[in-house]
Amino acid sequence: MTALLSSLGQMFSLSFMVYALITGVLVSLCAALLGVSLVLKRYSMIGDGLSHVAFGSLAVATALSLAPMKVAVPVVILSAFLLLRLSEKGKLKGDALTAMISTGALAVGYLAVSLSTGMNIDIDNYLFGSILTLTKSDVWLSVGLAALVIPAYILLFHRIFSVTFDHGFAKATGMRIGLYDSVFAILTALTIVLGMRFMGTLLISALIVFPPLTAMRVMKSFRGVVICSAVLPLISFVTGLILSCVFSTPPGASVVCVSILLFMGFALFGWLRRRGSR
Amino acid sequence: MSLIHCDNLTLSYDSRPVLNDLSFSVEAGDCLCIVGENGTGKSTLVKALLGLKAPSKGAIVFSEGLTSTAIGYLPQRNETQKDFPASVWEVVLSGRLNGHGLFAFYSKADKIAAEAQMERLNISDLKKRSFAELSGGQQQRVLLARALCAAKQLILLDEPVAGLDPVAAAEFYGIVQKLKQEGMTVIMVSHDLLSSLRCATRVLWLRHDGYTLCTPEEFAERIPALLKGGEPA
Repeated sequence: MTALLSSLGQMFSLSFMVYALITGVLVSLCAALLGVSLVLKRYSMIGDGLSHVAFGSLAVATALSLAPMKVAVPVVILSAFLLLRLSEKGKLKGDALTAMISTGALAVGYLAVSLSTGMNIDIDNYLFGSILTLTKSDVWLSVGLAALVIPAYILLFHRIFSVTFDHGFAKATGMRIGLYDSVFAILTALTIVLGMRFMGTLLISALIVFPPLTAMRVMKSFRGVVICSAVLPLISFVTGLILSCVFSTPPGASVVCVSILLFMGFALFGWLRRRGSR
Repeated sequence: MSLIHCDNLTLSYDSRPVLNDLSFSVEAGDCLCIVGENGTGKSTLVKALLGLKAPSKGAIVFSEGLTSTAIGYLPQRNETQKDFPASVWEVVLSGRLNGHGLFAFYSKADKIAAEAQMERLNISDLKKRSFAELSGGQQQRVLLARALCAAKQLILLDEPVAGLDPVAAAEFYGIVQKLKQEGMTVIMVSHDLLSSLRCATRVLWLRHDGYTLCTPEEFAERIPALLKGGEPA
């Protein structure tokens, strides 16, 4: 036990581990909170789509020697607007539009990477993330993001419920849906761009879909699902990070595997409880 | 001055009009029943009155201080709500949000009002239940309780008795009568002609080739012919 504790102590004496822990916990908490609405509004694939756009814009920015984040953030915000707002009105339905944008951006990004030969781009870092590349500025960005998302979620909790449950009713009874949707799109975009630094393009949507879906196996009220979704990523991220150090496995994939186990546990519990109540 | 005035209203989907050149007004205290075949634009008209659909021509004018925050709305149930994790209490209370500012927390008054509406619809015992697990008729009553929580001057009901059994439907019409007595303006879309006509003070009859605004008595005279499939006289 003491050996384990001392090795944990050693682990977190490394600065990049501390950065990873703070950034990871805060960003996955934000992703889970935003994820509740995204999953319930049938926008589960949006995180995936946006992360591909982030990949594309990061790759193009690197190829053109521009500051990666300064290019990625506005491009992803714009795409989030396009996906969340236009898909409701436009002729292209949400899932089709998401598929088109995500594969398109992936192709452009990969093309940019391969054209800029000679430049040392580690494509693995983009696709599956890396905690080694996290810097102090990522930590501050994630603190800033959490400082926006968490208070907003608490203060707007009942409104978020109303909009998510019945968009039409909320709008018809006088709520300013446009403003809400825009803020939501911006926060989702920021969460994705930050999260893909350590989860990678291919794994970031796990942070969005797993917590709410896991919580929904057991919780039956909106409040219950939100609270449970906020706690779950803390468990899965910290456990995943520690396991990845102990077994030298990739951190992003380890976090997702812990999420899968949690989901199966909750699903089993929900199933047993339903059987028991019959 | 009428509560709502529609002036040469045209509503279309992709420049294909579903409602053409419709003019009518609703007075405070009216109970307007919108009837018509499928595809004549009944639900579209309700959406336009709620500001969910912009008119392609003409205008809808609210007066007597009517704003969207004084409107209650009972929509047709949608697919996504079938597995939505929400308790009945959360759904009913959300009807009270329109009385609040941006950062809303429910007050004691909100909770009392929500409980009163649930009592009225006989769903108090469902308070803690999950909305998704209820039967269609129970869900309909929960959504109606939410609409009643939101309604201050006007309530719009889109097929309110769909999915209700005959007893629940009769209770529902009793509630509409009571709302009328309380001075609420009611606009409802209904396929249940005979019962809804009993509540209505006016009928807006939409057809593919036009519309008629008449009293329920005038409309009732034409019902036998309509039921036989004959053309309107």
